[in-house]
Formats: sequence, structure tokens, C-alpha cells
Amino acid sequence: MELLSGNEAIAQGAWEAGAHIGVAYPGTPSTETLEVFAKKDGVYAEWAVNEKVAVEVGVGASAAGARVLTTMKHVGVNVAADPLFTAAYTGVGGGLVVLAADDPGMYSSQNEQDSHWYARAAAIPMLDPANSQEAHDFTRDAFSISEEFDVPVFIRSTVRVSHTKTPVETGVRQEVALKGYESNPAKWVMMPAFAKPRRKVQLERMEALRRWVETCPYNQVTMRDTKIGVICAGAVYEHVEEALPDASVFKLGVTWPLPQDALRTFAQNVDAVYVIEEASEYLTESVKACGIAVSDFTHALPRDGELTPGLIRAAFGLTEPAHLDAPQNIPPRPPALCAGCPHRLVFKELSRLKAIVTGDIGCYTLGALPPLQAMDTCVDMGASVSMSHGFELALSQTEHRPVVAVIGDSTFAHSGLSSLISTVYNNGSGTICVLDNRTTAMTGRQGNPFNGQTLQGRPTRELNIEAIVSALGVEDVSVIDPNDAKAVRKALKEATTSPALSVLIFKSPCVLIDRIRKPAYVVTDACTSCGVCSTLGCPAISKRPETAQALIDPYQCIGCGQCPQYCAFGAIVSCEEGGLNE
Amino acid sequence: MSKATTVLLCGVGGQGTILAADLLAHTALESGYDVKVSEIHGMSQRGGAVTTVVRFGKDGVDSMVCDEGCADCVVSFETTEALRNLPFLRVGGYLLVADETIQPLPVLMGKATMPENPYEELAAAQATIIPAGEIAADLGSPKSVNVVLLGALASQLDFDLATWEKTITRRVPPKTIEKNLAAFREGYAHAQR
Repeated sequence: MELLSGNEAIAQGAWEAGAHIGVAYPGTPSTETLEVFAKKDGVYAEWAVNEKVAVEVGVGASAAGARVLTTMKHVGVNVAADPLFTAAYTGVGGGLVVLAADDPGMYSSQNEQDSHWYARAAAIPMLDPANSQEAHDFTRDAFSISEEFDVPVFIRSTVRVSHTKTPVETGVRQEVALKGYESNPAKWVMMPAFAKPRRKVQLERMEALRRWVETCPYNQVTMRDTKIGVICAGAVYEHVEEALPDASVFKLGVTWPLPQDALRTFAQNVDAVYVIEEASEYLTESVKACGIAVSDFTHALPRDGELTPGLIRAAFGLTEPAHLDAPQNIPPRPPALCAGCPHRLVFKELSRLKAIVTGDIGCYTLGALPPLQAMDTCVDMGASVSMSHGFELALSQTEHRPVVAVIGDSTFAHSGLSSLISTVYNNGSGTICVLDNRTTAMTGRQGNPFNGQTLQGRPTRELNIEAIVSALGVEDVSVIDPNDAKAVRKALKEATTSPALSVLIFKSPCVLIDRIRKPAYVVTDACTSCGVCSTLGCPAISKRPETAQALIDPYQCIGCGQCPQYCAFGAIVSCEEGGLNE
Repeated sequence: MSKATTVLLCGVGGQGTILAADLLAHTALESGYDVKVSEIHGMSQRGGAVTTVVRFGKDGVDSMVCDEGCADCVVSFETTEALRNLPFLRVGGYLLVADETIQPLPVLMGKATMPENPYEELAAAQATIIPAGEIAADLGSPKSVNVVLLGALASQLDFDLATWEKTITRRVPPKTIEKNLAAFREGYAHAQR
């Protein structure tokens, strides 16, 4: 037995199934799946620029006869929805398995959408493991299901499956020969003349899947006391087993299509049916659509966020164990940009500029939090660039604060580039800041087209943001060192006062890449307690309780040299220059 | 309710809760228990508050999360996080706290204040406070605070010392085995005093 996370188990399952190719765009909680897969023998794996591209690469490889794993977070499925809906018409060549990793509770996401709806809407079968053993087994078997029914197959996980380690009995790799490719336009060219018959094929396949799922061993019924019958799936099943050990449970391993007859039989054998699911009404509605009367809880379950056994027990009016309360005055501990983060001064200067900042998805979204508070919007990948264009359009006839888009290098490659092309095409104005920290930082420092690193370490090109932006026709493009406060201020001022569209590329590596430490800075007695340095929001800077003078934590300070540039009294000096910190 | 044992480890991103959870979980697995370890990655790791839940039991483990009043042990790498996570400890549970305080950013900014009497609050909760940082520094391995705490926790659990040491030997980087074993033993001995 090995202790594997759900993501590690999915990678192992895919490898055992003989998957040849893996392709993905990173996103919590899915990221490690492809990283683990990429390290296995006999596979090819790559990061694509976004989830749509990843799925299209996957559909192509599948059409050509390979078994393919593609992985993404729930919001990535939105990006990939276009090819997925039509791949559910074409079907597959080699098995094509798609991980959709949901984030109920929004630990690392902008919404908590439920991927089950996609399975139903696109008619793509969805398997819902509850733990790592199931994640392994379901993924391994999903490749054969995909080939048998000629359709992509979803594996759906949540944070509590992907990031929970549980024991797994692993197996060996089954070597699967590439199927090869033969032209078949009626299957692969989805123009109306061919798509219409494929739609009929899809409807027949849906019926075949409905027959298959009625006896599918991944759905498990445990009959105990018949007063309460629970229908649930995924990690929620584990909470139900904990909370209601005497209840009868229908555990769905396949959440689309549902085994309607089996569910109706279960409903007949219990006094009352309860559907327990997280942050969604998908299962409840689907069970009701089977003609099953679904009972209300004694107290309603929360409609948002994660479930826990305690919340389920409370819904049934069961008492909770006694416990101490936390003291009232516990300060919050939000995440923050790291000490030395190259994004910090850009946000500091945007804050000074009182700009309207359209933000994007990445570490730099933390620029929205105090004390920097320099972000007005964050919606989805790439939206910073297109939303800033929208702001400019709506505000163009008015006196308005400068509009500035802020986007990271990986997010720019993901979809900011197409937004920028649209702005250029439409003669847009405004300022776009590309925070090029040479990596996809938030998800754990993955490669992207602009840092020239590939998932399996193959040599490649490093794309040049400046050259690409210039080639689009943007005339005002500059590269700035984001650790130089004056340069950042000057560049932002010039760009925001110019009527032209400006692209500023702030280029400096994420401090977590090489973890280079220079001698720490210290605060001398010249400090007047003015507090300006603490407005940078650096976790290494605090105040002396006695004098309110600044204090720099020598263990956290990496010597980036950002804060001395904001000290008007020259009180912050490198410890090599002999400060007075004790 | 499940008969599984629940240990909640908490602290500040970067303090080493994940390695401690890994060693505990593998010791449980090696001892023939079912085990689940639940972690949170991503946004919460940038210096924010972190928790990892380890649950193990001879008769299987169901849920991987911990509700309020359900942790048999809360191991906190920091005093403020210990107070924040007090509600998770079951009545009569074991609260182990490293004698280390890290001010969060809102406090550094002067926008929030630290609890006034954290040690009184912890004493009221019958916490065992261990100078894990000092112990680790005295051993010449300041980074092994997490393993000192694990040693102290081990004194409250039923696993054989040999199994603990075997797990540590297998799972820490080879160059750090001796230091980690020393840290574990010192933490264990400290909690016995």
C-alpha cells in the first residue's frame, strides 16, 4: 500500500492504463496530477497554454490513436468547454480521460461551480471517486470505458479528493499499442452534414450508457437502517459515512448518467430519501427528475461551501460535541505577497496613482488586499486586458482615473494575448502591465511559453513578450525592472498620461524560483516611525512596540532592496553597511 | 461517530506542518492503520494560516476533515494559530503548542492586535507548551522544529518508537536523518518530563 493523494492516484491509474500522452494547464487543485504523470516511464506530457488548447491537443492525439490524460481545475473546464462539447459528438480514437477538479469552498478559486453540470450538458460520462483508491481505479478503467463507448470520460474530483492522501493498492502498467489513424471525415469533420448523424450517434450512445450504468459496479448500495436513505457521491460520501453510520447509502461512482432504475429501487426500499451534495443542486435535481420524492432536512444544509460530517449531522438535528471557543480577538492571518516579491512595487505605485486596476488570476491577485489594495476587478483568466478595454470604452467620454490592467506572464499566454489582439484591433487605449515573474507562480512554479521551460525538461524556445506585443502593432512597449521604484513610477506615469495603448513588461523572477538571499536590511535610529515602509505590506517589516520604529525580521528579509527606496530618512540600510538591529 | 483518531496540525505557511503530517501518516500506515491526510494547497500557502488533518484508525477512516470538538490532538506550530484552532479540540483532547509567535500582516500593519494574554488562554485550555524552537536550535538544527513537535506528539500516541524512527529514516532527506532522529527523541523526552 502506498499513501497517495487523489491527484497522484489519478496519474498512477492513467499510467497503468497505458496512457501515452498527458496535456494540461496547471490549476489548483488539479496541478500535481500531470506533474506526477510526467515523471512516469514511457509517457509524453506537456503544459499547454490553456485548457482549450490542452483538450484540443488531447482530442487530436486520441483521434490519432493514443490514450490521453488531460487535467484541469473546474474553471478550466469553462475554457475547454468548446472542444469538449463537440468531442462528445466525434467520440475518440484512443481513450480520452479528462480530470475536472472542483473547489467547493473556494480555497484557491474565483467560484465554486460544479462540473457535474458539464457532464450532463455535454453528455460526457463522469466518474466521481471518493478517495485515492477509487481515483486510481476509476481513472485506470476510464480509458477502456472511453474506448468502449467512443466518448471522452470525465473524472471529477474536489479538493478533498485531489489533496487527501489515502492508501492505494497500485498495479503495473498495461502497455497499450497505439491504435493508429485512418481518415474518417464522417466521424471527425463536424460540419453540419456530418454533425447531424453524429448527434444521432451521441443519442444512441447516451442510451447505451444509461443501460451500462444501471449495473455499473462503481455505484454501491449499502442497506442499513431504512429510516434514512442517502444518495451522495465523491468526498461527500466519506462525510456521510462518518455522520450517519446507521443510514442506508446509495454511493454514486458514476454521476452522469445516473442509474435511474437502481435509484428508484433504492428509494422504494427506504422510508425517506435525502440527497447530500456540496455547493450545488445537480444531484438533487437529477434524483427528483427520476421521479423520486426527495425529503427536506430537519435544518437546511448550507447551499455554499464544503460539507463536513458535522454539517450533515446538524442537518438531521443531531447534536454536536462540546468544544472550547476561540478567543474573540484573534487577528486574521491572510496570505500575502512574499518578502521580496517583484510584484509589490507595481501595486504600491498603482495604489499611489489611484488607478482603476483590472486584475487577473495568480499570486498577484493578492495585490487587492490591504495595505496595497490596488485592484478593482478579478474575474477570470485574461479578463484584466479585455475588461480594461471595456472600462476605457465606457469611461471614454468622462474625466476618469487611469485604467490599468495587471496580468502575469502565464496568464498572459493563457488568454491575455487574444484579449490584447482584440484591444489593438479595435484601437483601444489604456495601460497593460505584464508582471513577468518568469513562472506560473501560484500553482507551484510551472513552465510556460515565456520562461521556456517544458514539463519534461525538453529544450525549447523562450517566447519574447516584448517582441510579440510589438509585432501586434503596439508602439509603446517597454521592459522595466519592477524592483526599481523610480523606474516603476516613471513608466506608469508616462503610460497612463499617454493617449496610446501602452504595454509595460515588469520583468523579474519570482523569489521562490532560485530562493536567492542577499544580506538582510536593518533599520537604523534615523527611523522617524513615519510608517511608510509598512505600507508596502512586506511580511518582514513590523514595528517596534516601544517606539513604533520599523523593524525588519532578518530571517524573513531576503535583501531585495525594495523598502529602502521608500525611506525618506535613509534609515533602512543593508546589514553589511552596519545597521543597528539587535 | 468514527473510532478513528484525529490529529489537527496547524501553523503558518512554510513552518513544516506538511512534513510532520507525512511522518505521522506513514507511521500509522506502517503500524497497520487506515489513514487519511487532508491538506490545503494554493492561495492559502502564501504566509497564511494552514491546517493539515491526519486521521487514522484500525477499523477504517471515513471523513478526511475535522469538525469542531472532534480532534483528539491539536498540534500547533504557533501560539495564535493554537488559539484560532481551539474549537476543533475535543473535550479532554491533547493540545500541544510550540512556544513561537508570528505576527500576521494585519498586526504588522497596525490594523489588528495580538491576543493580550495568549499564554493564559492556552493554560485555560490545558495546553502543553514546548520550546520546540529552542530545543531544535540547541540540537544545531533549527529547521527541525516540526520533528521536535512530532516527538512530543508521539508520547501521546500508541505507535512503537521503532516504527516512528523507521519512518523518519525512510522519509527525510538522507543528510538530515541523524538530526531529525535527534530532534524527534528530544521532543519525545521533553514531553515525558
